[in-house]
Amino acid sequence: MSGAFTKSMARNIFYGGTIFFFLLFLALSFDTHSQLPKRDMRANITPQIAEGKKLWEVNNCIGCHTLMGEGAYFAPELGNVVVRYGDEGVKAFIQSRPKEGIPGRRSMPQFNFTDEQLNAIVAFLKHVNSINDANWPPNSQG
Amino acid sequence: MQFKSQAVAKPYFIAAIGLFVGQILFGLILGLQYVLGDFLFPAIPFNVARMVHTNLLIVWLLFGFMGGAYYMIPEESETELFSPKLALILFWTFLIAGALTIVGYLAVPYATLAELTGNNILETMGREFLEQPLPTKLGIVVVALGFLFNITMTVLKGKKTSISIVLLLGLWGLAVFFLFSFYNPVNVVLDKFFWWWTVHLWVEGVWELILGSFLAFVLIKTTGVDREVIEKWLYVIVTLTLITGIIGTGHHYFWIGTPEYWQWWGSIFSALEPIPFFAMTVFAFNMVNRRRREHPNKAAVLWALGTGVMAFLGAGVWGFLHTLAPVNYYTHGTQITAAHGHMAFYGAYAMVNLMMISYAMPILRGRAANSNKSQVLEMWSFWLMTVAIVFITLFLTAAGILQVWLQRVSDAPLPFMVAQDKIALFYWMREWAGAAFLIGLIIYIASFFVGGDEKEAA
Repeated sequence: MSGAFTKSMARNIFYGGTIFFFLLFLALSFDTHSQLPKRDMRANITPQIAEGKKLWEVNNCIGCHTLMGEGAYFAPELGNVVVRYGDEGVKAFIQSRPKEGIPGRRSMPQFNFTDEQLNAIVAFLKHVNSINDANWPPNSQG
Repeated sequence: MQFKSQAVAKPYFIAAIGLFVGQILFGLILGLQYVLGDFLFPAIPFNVARMVHTNLLIVWLLFGFMGGAYYMIPEESETELFSPKLALILFWTFLIAGALTIVGYLAVPYATLAELTGNNILETMGREFLEQPLPTKLGIVVVALGFLFNITMTVLKGKKTSISIVLLLGLWGLAVFFLFSFYNPVNVVLDKFFWWWTVHLWVEGVWELILGSFLAFVLIKTTGVDREVIEKWLYVIVTLTLITGIIGTGHHYFWIGTPEYWQWWGSIFSALEPIPFFAMTVFAFNMVNRRRREHPNKAAVLWALGTGVMAFLGAGVWGFLHTLAPVNYYTHGTQITAAHGHMAFYGAYAMVNLMMISYAMPILRGRAANSNKSQVLEMWSFWLMTVAIVFITLFLTAAGILQVWLQRVSDAPLPFMVAQDKIALFYWMREWAGAAFLIGLIIYIASFFVGGDEKEAA
């Protein structure tokens, strides 16, 4: 770097550039929020779906699974699991996990959910599946 | 050591290394669970081990950042630390809170932990990397504020260098963006949108300021190149970081319910994100080549060069690999992401902390540099850990490419678990590379206990 470009010029570009791009980011975020209601299906969120999201969180499902591609990569994507297995299939799968796991296989814990809790989880996963996420994942396998 | 109060950095560095060991041990457990699915099940299920692995990573990096700041700021400000006592109180607070959190993860089911720790009062748990119970999250805020107060007061009463200012911006940004971890709306799209304001704006934003500032500090000390030149570089690098990285957040907004225009903004700006890392590499090599003195601590210089190169490869190149929306459509949430994550975190943040520790620890122990024997051992550990992470990354990349093909691209896409079984060979190789990493880490720790002819304090 030549002598003509001084430290104080670099500093000014740093502050100016950061502020400009942060404001641009805020503007884009603001616009996103005006568009989201049409995409995130918030009008359909029921107390049951909220309960499902809470169960999803307090059992740390994201510690193994992904949801819309985010999370751990140890177990299948669940954003579209209702497409793969159907409501009853999802419930039956969760219910039938052996307490001690399956020898030699990646095993999901037995959470001992009540029927009401299972319904809430499925309601939440169906809600996630209904979100307009630009057609991801590429196919039903997740 | 120029200022007595710099000594508070030492326990921070020791804790950082201790937690780093824990992180790697749990990493090896996770790697085994990938191939021997029921390993330690149901005692330590995968999600618990992963939480411990990633949370230990975050906490040891934070210990390293705080230790580095406590070491660096008095020297930059040319004054004693505002309150060494506060620094030590916060050290024990953070260590005990961190240890209790890890014990909580391991001792009781996560749902019970949530119940016990007041998650019903404010639901913040169960989101990736932000799994900490509410009291821990509040503890992090308290420790961060106390730490920032201490550091800021020190800078205010002393000299205000550009390196200190950039560090302060990075650290304040870290604290401010962590506050988004308390916002968890029931709308999952909004939840994910702001979750990234903590996660992305940390690792691809303000943390890079901390990285740049530490790197600039160590380069000034070890090369003797003029401060004006180094600080000018620092400003250029952090400018490039933030003008690419802030809008670069958009590469996380492709498939989570946010509008499609993010595919353009995110692709274009995050494609530019490798540039600051490339500049950092050029910067480090350039300064070392133009050095005006031969610093006796060769190991610290090696870490400084290494962090530039590995951050560029891990964060820059491996990030670019899957950041364009049409590519990411297929690679999103696969082992490609895991590959990138491992090399980026090691290259950028683990290595910069190890660089700071390598530079500061000998001085904190009363010498300019460690003995030749100790440095040779440390450099061996550098190469072992670095080569091991390269192989971990390559094996995970291979696994990821196959996974994408088998599960998402081929004419007859396979179910997730069927595809996983077919790529197990690469998971086994990753685990062996992980074992090599652990050997490197053991050698690293051993290097602290090797005696010999230490260089006299300057």
